[in-house]
Amino acid sequence: MGLAEFLIQALNSFQYGLLLFMLAAGLTLIFGIMGVVNLAHGSFYMLGAYLAYGFTTLTDNLGMALVLGAGVGFAFGWLLERGLFRFFYTRDHLDQVLLTFGLIYLFEELRAIVWGNDVHGVPIPAWLKGSVPLTDTLSYPYYRLFVGAVCLALAVGLWALIHRTRLGMHIRAGAFNRTMAQALGIDIERLYAIVFAMGVALAAVAGMVAAPLSSVYPNMGGSVLIMCFVVVVIGGIGSIRGAFIAALLVGTVDTFGKVLLPQLASMLVYVLMALVLLWRPQGLFKN
Amino acid sequence: MSASHATTTHLSPALMRALAIATVGLALLPLGAEDYTIDAVTRMMILALFAMSLDLLQGVTGLVSLGHAAYFGLAGYVLAFLTPESEAVSLWTSLPLAMLASAALALLVGALVVRTSGIYFIMSTMAFGQMVFYLFFDNKALGGSDGLFVNFRPQAGWFDLDNRLHFFYFTLVCLLLVYGFLRRLLHSPLGRALQGIRVNEHRMRAVGFNTYTHKLSAFTLSGALAGLAGYLWGAQTGFINPELMGFHWSAHLIMMVILGGMGNFAGAIIGAFAFEYTLHLFKDLPVIAGFDLGQHWQLVMGLFIVAVVVWLPQGLLGGLQRLMSRGDGQRGAPHA
Repeated sequence: MGLAEFLIQALNSFQYGLLLFMLAAGLTLIFGIMGVVNLAHGSFYMLGAYLAYGFTTLTDNLGMALVLGAGVGFAFGWLLERGLFRFFYTRDHLDQVLLTFGLIYLFEELRAIVWGNDVHGVPIPAWLKGSVPLTDTLSYPYYRLFVGAVCLALAVGLWALIHRTRLGMHIRAGAFNRTMAQALGIDIERLYAIVFAMGVALAAVAGMVAAPLSSVYPNMGGSVLIMCFVVVVIGGIGSIRGAFIAALLVGTVDTFGKVLLPQLASMLVYVLMALVLLWRPQGLFKN
Repeated sequence: MSASHATTTHLSPALMRALAIATVGLALLPLGAEDYTIDAVTRMMILALFAMSLDLLQGVTGLVSLGHAAYFGLAGYVLAFLTPESEAVSLWTSLPLAMLASAALALLVGALVVRTSGIYFIMSTMAFGQMVFYLFFDNKALGGSDGLFVNFRPQAGWFDLDNRLHFFYFTLVCLLLVYGFLRRLLHSPLGRALQGIRVNEHRMRAVGFNTYTHKLSAFTLSGALAGLAGYLWGAQTGFINPELMGFHWSAHLIMMVILGGMGNFAGAIIGAFAFEYTLHLFKDLPVIAGFDLGQHWQLVMGLFIVAVVVWLPQGLLGGLQRLMSRGDGQRGAPHA
């Protein structure tokens, strides 16, 4: 593997890892703060991808679609939390697993009713077409760099939100001790709705930016959900930092695995998870 | 974790009688049923075996495995690999091998996942289940995404498994044997310890139980029994594919156990029958106001699952038992 090729794979790993982080962050936040396991998280990714498809055909502008889609995702998450999830915080994990499994069916079928079962492509905007030449034969597409940049910006934004704002302080307090946070006058109900909606919006944005690369197809949330579970298990449940590091690790192992050991590529990530479970059953960064 | 799914280990005498009558009815069913029904009920019994294997973990020990389909599917694959091109394989060698393979996989995965608990356990069992799924899905040598054919049904001595009735009764015998075995296990020292772990693992450890070994034993045994079901499935349908190892299957299985009522194995059987029948009904739904419900059965299915979770936490068996005991209570009232 030459240097240029290595660079391409490294960039791909980084970009894939960041994309996974967007999803895993929502999953781990929702679990860490509300104690809810959400199997339907992959559906929000799918929702985002289909929104990107829907909005780009309407507005012909991916930037606009991203903003609109994030808004729709946030509103959708808010409604879902207020209307359904908040009744399940005190139920046991088994109920939550089944509830969210039922939701996967619901969302898939609604998607089939609204958008049908065809595979759709989402065009890359004109100003992001083209690529950076690396050698005579190899180059790196602008759009992939754009995806990496968007995810990185959001990751930094999320970090700043949690560690540098009042809302973030409340979120940390809520995760640490719900009753105490409530006693100190934090509106925990509203906080939960915000965190949940934020998680949904992040997953939807991940789906939207990934749509031009992966195209848009039924059941696309399934495989991405499993990868997120692996990321969360490796990183340690409830830990954003853990999710970040684990996501980059999984992205690297998966991307380089596909190049170096194609036969075993789909297994490598799980081997990594097995090793982490052997070494630290609670994940790398358990809060 | 709050226990909104109260497990009902004890079955009231009235319920036992009802179950015994139902069993006799099941055994007599082929006398007056069409071929299609016999096949469908055989399938339900296989799923009931599968559901009981999960109930040992989920209902008795309190471990929710979201990757149980892997052990089911693996045994089916072992049968497919062992069956030669042009003749049948003996059941007496292939079945133990298939169950052993499932048990070995369960032991391997269990050794890792049993170290975790709660939500962590759910996520890691699911991830390892998907690992097995992708192993078979991505490798052409293992059948790839199309799966494998089981060319001949295995040979099983007195039972001629090519005969629909023989297959039905063979499955029924397996079902009753496994049920009897698991009910015995429930009241054995291991079964008691497993129930103790469900209620309070810390206390069990404090009392001196090695909970890791107990949980791993349950996980392995459960994997082997799931293998029995998967083997029979492969033998009945003559076909095995990666979908049977996927997480949708695992989730359906959890649903069966919940629907029936956990922790007593009878509920798992009832749940498997009820779930399979409901699924069948949903796929046959009519067109209402220009909207084809049958084609969009997943919508109804999703709503059904949500409804069961919200309104039927103790499952059908729990509801039935409550209904019956209410009747008993009224009859017994004047004496009290």
